[in-house]
Amino acid sequence: MPTFFERRQLVTPGDLLAEGTYVTGENTYKENNKIYASRLGLVEYEDKKINVVALRAFYIPKLGDTVIGTIVEVGFSGWTLDISSPYLAILRASEVLSRPFRPQENDLAKVLDVGDLVIAKIMAYDRAHDPRLTVGEPGLGKITRGQVVKMTPTKIPRVIGRKGSMVSMIKQETGCHIILGQNGVILITGKSLKDEQLAMTALRKIECESHTSGLTDRISQMLKKEKAKQKEEIKNESKT
Amino acid sequence: MSQKPEKLIDKKGLRLDGRKPEELRSIKIEVGILPNADGSAYIQQGKNKILAGVYGPREMHPKHLARPDRTVLRCRYHMAPFSVQERKSPAPSRRDIELSKVIRESLQPAIFLEYYPRTGIDIFVEILQADGGTRCASITAASLALADAGIPMRDLVVACAAGKVDDTIVLDLMDTEDKKGGADVPVALMPNLNAITLLQMDGILTFEEFEKAVNLALKGCRKIYTMQKEALKAKYESVKEVEE
Repeated sequence: MPTFFERRQLVTPGDLLAEGTYVTGENTYKENNKIYASRLGLVEYEDKKINVVALRAFYIPKLGDTVIGTIVEVGFSGWTLDISSPYLAILRASEVLSRPFRPQENDLAKVLDVGDLVIAKIMAYDRAHDPRLTVGEPGLGKITRGQVVKMTPTKIPRVIGRKGSMVSMIKQETGCHIILGQNGVILITGKSLKDEQLAMTALRKIECESHTSGLTDRISQMLKKEKAKQKEEIKNESKT
Repeated sequence: MSQKPEKLIDKKGLRLDGRKPEELRSIKIEVGILPNADGSAYIQQGKNKILAGVYGPREMHPKHLARPDRTVLRCRYHMAPFSVQERKSPAPSRRDIELSKVIRESLQPAIFLEYYPRTGIDIFVEILQADGGTRCASITAASLALADAGIPMRDLVVACAAGKVDDTIVLDLMDTEDKKGGADVPVALMPNLNAITLLQMDGILTFEEFEKAVNLALKGCRKIYTMQKEALKAKYESVKEVEE
């Protein structure tokens, strides 16, 4: 029952990962008692389970996920949202308007228009139907301010870090509020544009270097350096 | 150009471009070079220059083509008007349509189509410069573009041709050899599963010659496969090196 790759090694689709009594995890498949990778990514072993952490993937809706979507169409009884997934999501008007919805009286485009960003939760999804969204929980709804960063959804766990270490560190260092959509869209809201931009550069760095180790420390260092630079600039400006 | 050279293989056993019979053309592959596409790859194989772009899985348009149980794979093979000596009309010709089908069908077995029902994957293959064996190079590039797009695949697909030129079995035919030679056998392979996904023959070969050609093409495929893998990894390893 050998395995053919070390932990965190880069594999390509079709690479033979293991033979024998191992169990397939994410992005792997089994054929003739052999386990192969199905995506480009890094191998992870979890007892007998073999996972490949993909470097590039797309978002497949999951019940209960928080996602950030863009409205692409206003319909008669609801909206269609792009949640950067192969499937378009549906948000029903009755979910957004608390009172009973009457198509003759309410103009839906006045509530949410094409291009608006919405934080929502996946309420229902299966193979045969497009995902249904809900905004009926605190913290969900239309986004009014902040910056949005998009990345491939498999990198979201890396942004969160172990027990949320990475994201809480960025929040602390930049003073920004960060909402992670499981679909790879991230919302940053801070006191000033500078704080937001700082958080954005940190996120971009994580995106590029997600497959390297010791990233949390490097990001923390980078943020501290940038902050020191900003302070100096402010000092210089006030002098002149 | 159209004049037939006296001999396609000289006294020393070398081919028109100085290659040995079992030698590949020089190959350069790059992955992820089109930021607008979900996945992309570029391949240079001798004088061939080919771009492949992949979009999807995404909403299928027109909607009636979507299947309730699987993804629909679509492929467009297109030669640029300037890709050959004489201007080629940019409208899809009979040959373009056939090659689109051939490429699609050789990649189809590698993709887990049943994972994403009601969606579509589009592959666009653009031939910028052609010099024989474009279908094989296209398959090699398109499979890389698919992997780059993050589409789950059973294996990468790699393709290579072998053929008969002046009674010798040679690997990776170029345009003149293809046109003036005896036969051409393009083969596409999923190397880890050891499965052939495309096998064509154009010309006449004896049974022994055919077997020899197929085996030679498979050998070529495996050689290209290592390059293909390296190219795919290179996109991410460059970041790693900067850090260390």
